[in-house]
Amino acid sequence: MNFEIDEDQRDFAKSIDAALGAADLPAAVRAWAEGETGPGRKVWATLTELGVTALAVPEEQDGIGAHPVDLMVALERLGRWNVPGPVAESLAVAPVLLAGDDRAAALASGELITTVAAVGFMPRAVDAHFADLILIASGGEVQEGTAGEAHQSVDLSRKLFDVSASGPTWSGDVDRAVEFGALATAALLIGAGQALLDTSVDYAKQRTQFGRVIGSYQAIKHKLADVHIALELARPLVYGAALSLADAAPETARDVSAAKVAACDAGLLAARSALQTHGAIGFTSEHDLSLWLLRVQALRSAWGDPAAHRRRLLEVLDV
Amino acid sequence: MDLNFGADAEEFRTEVREFFADNRANFPTQSYDTAEGFEQHRRWDQILFDAGLSVITWPAKYGGRDATLLQWVVYEEEYFRAGAPGRASANGISMLAPTLFSHGSEEQLDRVLPKMASGEEIWAQAWSEPESGSDLASLRSTAIKVDGGWKLNGQKIWSSRAVFGDRAFGLFRSDPQAQRHRGLTYFMFDLKAEGVTVRPIAQLGGDTGFGEIFLDDVFVPDDDVIGAPNEGWKAAMSTSSNERGMSLRSPARFLAPAERLVAAWKANPDPVFTDRVADAWIKAQAYRLHTFGTVTRVAGGGELGAESSVTKVFWSDLDVEIHQTALDLRGSDGELADSWTEGYLFALGGPIYAGTNEIQRNIIAERLLGLPRESQGQAR
Repeated sequence: MNFEIDEDQRDFAKSIDAALGAADLPAAVRAWAEGETGPGRKVWATLTELGVTALAVPEEQDGIGAHPVDLMVALERLGRWNVPGPVAESLAVAPVLLAGDDRAAALASGELITTVAAVGFMPRAVDAHFADLILIASGGEVQEGTAGEAHQSVDLSRKLFDVSASGPTWSGDVDRAVEFGALATAALLIGAGQALLDTSVDYAKQRTQFGRVIGSYQAIKHKLADVHIALELARPLVYGAALSLADAAPETARDVSAAKVAACDAGLLAARSALQTHGAIGFTSEHDLSLWLLRVQALRSAWGDPAAHRRRLLEVLDV
Repeated sequence: MDLNFGADAEEFRTEVREFFADNRANFPTQSYDTAEGFEQHRRWDQILFDAGLSVITWPAKYGGRDATLLQWVVYEEEYFRAGAPGRASANGISMLAPTLFSHGSEEQLDRVLPKMASGEEIWAQAWSEPESGSDLASLRSTAIKVDGGWKLNGQKIWSSRAVFGDRAFGLFRSDPQAQRHRGLTYFMFDLKAEGVTVRPIAQLGGDTGFGEIFLDDVFVPDDDVIGAPNEGWKAAMSTSSNERGMSLRSPARFLAPAERLVAAWKANPDPVFTDRVADAWIKAQAYRLHTFGTVTRVAGGGELGAESSVTKVFWSDLDVEIHQTALDLRGSDGELADSWTEGYLFALGGPIYAGTNEIQRNIIAERLLGLPRESQGQAR
């Protein structure tokens, strides 16, 4: 029994934080929303330098073949920094769908940023305009696709594309890929939720009303304490599910659904509480808070909305 | 990272599972908050003690078996999976014993712990006073030094197990000049001693789960002071951190009823309840995995601090949620008294005892998030 992030994983997380913390992500996300993906592409190049794009790619294909826990550690940080683009899709889902395919090496090297639509949980492909490859997963089959009509997400930095099949078909472990998509999204939500909490705590320590910092009022304290509790209790579900994925355990679907539900709700609580703590300034597009706030709302429905995961959990739960 | 219990823990699981299967007939059938039920529970403690299964994490010389925290988790999983009832001795085992291990003398450990483990002495807590609930440091009961010991005076309230229990522990003001948490001394005292009167208080479900203790010149020998006189607050805080921490509430306590709830829903899967039933199980599982993180950290030499406030709020709210959902699921039969309503009433106390959830949220905000303390309001 060893259910803690180890020193290597903590160091890896720190190196991601250092690199992304210096990359001015809010500016890159705002540019992305305007259709200017240049700064975002630089961020993706940084991810490649850090080894993040290679994590889930097997060593035989020039990847790292990392443990799913390592992948979730990285994704939590990417959620923390609000990296734009098909993050869960390219880093966690595509490596499964391209298993044994020569193109996986290009995933690892960052040359082939990939987005994915999966029948059921993810009917549209996010940011297909930016991706080098579009995959469509259905049943046990994977197919190349072409982007159709674009739909704007509530998150201004996300566009969702209808896709149609247009290339060769091969068989792939679609079920496993979908689990990776849902769990990766859960990890992103935990990271985003933590960023929202940290920002709110900082703000509550400096904003003064009625002659006192607002963080000294219980109305704010209890709200932020509840966010802390929700994140602390959701996070172990994410890492527990990563272990189930690693073992291809029979409980994988159950554990991934539990993690996705808990991360969605913790993320939403963090977002709502952050907005209330900030007040009107948090409601402006000028403030960075909105970038995380809207990302959380978008990721809630990505790779299975909470209601769908609750239904699935109860279906597979064996008591 | 891994979630493997290992061969030792699994072997231990088998032993414990067989023990509970063989001892089903010995499970107490009545609440420990009734006279008859209390004696059933005392016998149950003795049976557990004889099998070396009463206080497994304690050293063997006090009746334990030096079990690891992981073995404790396994033990608790089997305990609640078998449907065995909560322990009447929990106040002593989870609150007083950890304090004694940290602050007690060798003599106190030898004298108190084995009888606590066997159920020969069942302990009540004596924390709150009528004017000192969440603000425990404002307490007024006094201890005056006399030859060979102390004289205790005052009033304690909401003392769990005080009605049928044998002994109690709590804080008394030994230095009337000192302010608040300074000048308090931690005492153990006999509930049958001269000058002690216990008035039973019926709880909302009808059982006399707690009592009011009146102390009128009760003599307590020096041997029953834990730690140094006037240094009781420090010792008490280690107790309350244990009371609030994982030692009192194992994940199995919530996963077992959550699984029963899911089974009840599956027998009649009303989609209206899908979300609440799923969430009950998800949260119970979250608490279980969170505990494994704690087990790992403690095994590596780490300590439980303010983070026990995080789990206290979580499990106490979850317990209410599981039981409320179970009652609502039954529709018009929801009010019919049975083990679910009994569990519900028990769960309702969780957000209050061991430090209310409001106090816990203050602790989380101030000690974990670093938010400033609230300035003092005007007293009435």
